[in-house]
Amino acid sequence: MSGFARPLKIALGLAVIAALIIVPMNFNRYGLFILSQWAVMSIAAMGLNLTLGYAGQVSLAQGAFVGIGAYASAIMTTHGWPLPAAIVVAIALSFAVGWVLGYPALRVQHHYLAFVTLAFSTLAFLVFRNESWLTGGIYGISNIPRPHVFGLATNKPLPFYYVCLGSLAIVSVAVWWLIRSPWGRAFMALRENPLRAQSLGIDTRRYTLMAFAIGSALGGVAGALYAPLTQYIDPVPFNLSLSLDLLMMVIVGGAGFYFGPFLGAMIAVLLPEWLRFTEGYYLMLYAVAVMLLLIWSPTGILGILDRYLAERRTKAASALRAVAKSRLETAQ
Amino acid sequence: MSNLFDLLVAGLATGAIYALVAVGFTLLWQTSQTINFAQGEFVMLPAFLMLAAMHAGAPFWLAIILGILLSMILLGLAFKLLLVDPMMRHGVLPLAIATMALAIGLKEAVKQFFSAEASPFPSILPTGDVSILGHAVALQSIGVLVVAIFAVIGLTTLLNRTSLGHQMQAAAQNPTVARIIGVPVERMILLTFLINAFLVALASLLITPIYLAKFSSGEVLGQAAFIAAIVGGFNQVRGAIAGGLLIGVLDNLAAAYVSTQYRAAVPMIFLIAVILFRPQGLLGRAEERTV
Repeated sequence: MSGFARPLKIALGLAVIAALIIVPMNFNRYGLFILSQWAVMSIAAMGLNLTLGYAGQVSLAQGAFVGIGAYASAIMTTHGWPLPAAIVVAIALSFAVGWVLGYPALRVQHHYLAFVTLAFSTLAFLVFRNESWLTGGIYGISNIPRPHVFGLATNKPLPFYYVCLGSLAIVSVAVWWLIRSPWGRAFMALRENPLRAQSLGIDTRRYTLMAFAIGSALGGVAGALYAPLTQYIDPVPFNLSLSLDLLMMVIVGGAGFYFGPFLGAMIAVLLPEWLRFTEGYYLMLYAVAVMLLLIWSPTGILGILDRYLAERRTKAASALRAVAKSRLETAQ
Repeated sequence: MSNLFDLLVAGLATGAIYALVAVGFTLLWQTSQTINFAQGEFVMLPAFLMLAAMHAGAPFWLAIILGILLSMILLGLAFKLLLVDPMMRHGVLPLAIATMALAIGLKEAVKQFFSAEASPFPSILPTGDVSILGHAVALQSIGVLVVAIFAVIGLTTLLNRTSLGHQMQAAAQNPTVARIIGVPVERMILLTFLINAFLVALASLLITPIYLAKFSSGEVLGQAAFIAAIVGGFNQVRGAIAGGLLIGVLDNLAAAYVSTQYRAAVPMIFLIAVILFRPQGLLGRAEERTV
């Protein structure tokens, strides 16, 4: 993304943020719900992007962590706890479970790791469905309250959208800081060449577990917001397909790109809605669109941009070289 | 204990179908590093192709032939040329995601163009029971087992006893060297895709009479085959067969002896245990780690 001039980038960022704040003001209830869902899924996808895109550990369990966060938040807030406390618990719980799930990653890699996390995802779903003393079983938990922020009720869709957007902003800044910190560099070293990372004195064991735990914790945050967003949760949304969807978001947006999860979540949440006018065909068209995109650019949407910018830089560089060469020749 | 025998037979019959699907799955992995998340939907589709042929007026036997041929064209040839070929060079993950999208697309297409309801499907096997060792055993179970065993024997004979099979194995194990010694690697890869399409069509023919034809029926089956393939050994055909039978039996025993609520957990826990303690699978070779 380093092809744009810095002020241009800042202006673009501010414009997008302003648009996200101002444009939805006239949206109806459903539009705001979809947009809030985009914000929540972006958070979860950002977590997976840390685990997968930056640290290179394939996880098919992010949906399970969204579920863990959602149940933690639903159970606590319906028992009178405030949402921030529930978010803290959701983070702690997902972090701990994510840490434990990271242990297989120390033993097996790539597709095997994907299968272990897939199995975990299914087990988590079974627990959500069967432990009805805790989770309400198939009947789920209803009447999940929405929080008061600075004394303002967020029961209406617009204020709660701002809660989701604000949370997304906080998480975005935190992740931005994290991937620029030595930790982020260690994650990338883990992805690029674990052996070399180890030889340079990076504790690969600890960073692998960390990558899993932090990514999972963000899944928990997303879940903790998802519960008050829908105000009713049952096990169905947290089955394996959510994990697969989140993985699709990360890859389609561009794994390892900071803005990938935002775009990926946009495609996965908004594109089906835009295609609704085609009625029964909308999911089919969505599937075809995803396949065509991946055939065109296996590195996702941002991969296209990245290639374009790299090409432009090469062209500019060779043009400069040509000019310099002709100058040298005329000087001789 | 009389129950145990019935459970074993039923388990082996389901397991044999899992094995067919899992074998195709491992074949695709071996020759082209394709993790096909749409494998379950690949089993769901041929039944609908056959139903469509019957609706158009074809007799059952013709519908079966048409269904298998169409599956080989769509799920073998078109799948390879349109989706796998352009993406193969770019690593395992984007292709795996693309097959997830393909799974959604196939399900939705069937739902839209055929029906969202489950449709009955005629059985090629005789119905009724037969008495074995004093137990009534469904002929259908035995039939499924026999057909699946013949398919698997046929496949292993092809792979291990014929020149064509040896070329396929060479193409899978070391494409570069295979190419040097004159094996048409591209054609061999295409052949595995066609074999996979044939196997899923066969599985579809065997399983659909039992569970009805429904657009979503691939989900459970795909996952079971997936687990079977990994448990048995991701890189071995005989591993996938063993894994399929094992998961089928385990599934049926778990349904009877573990709570129905957690029956689905048993294969999963088994899967985690296998991966952690024997990642190459029960019968698999250890894969060399890249690092």
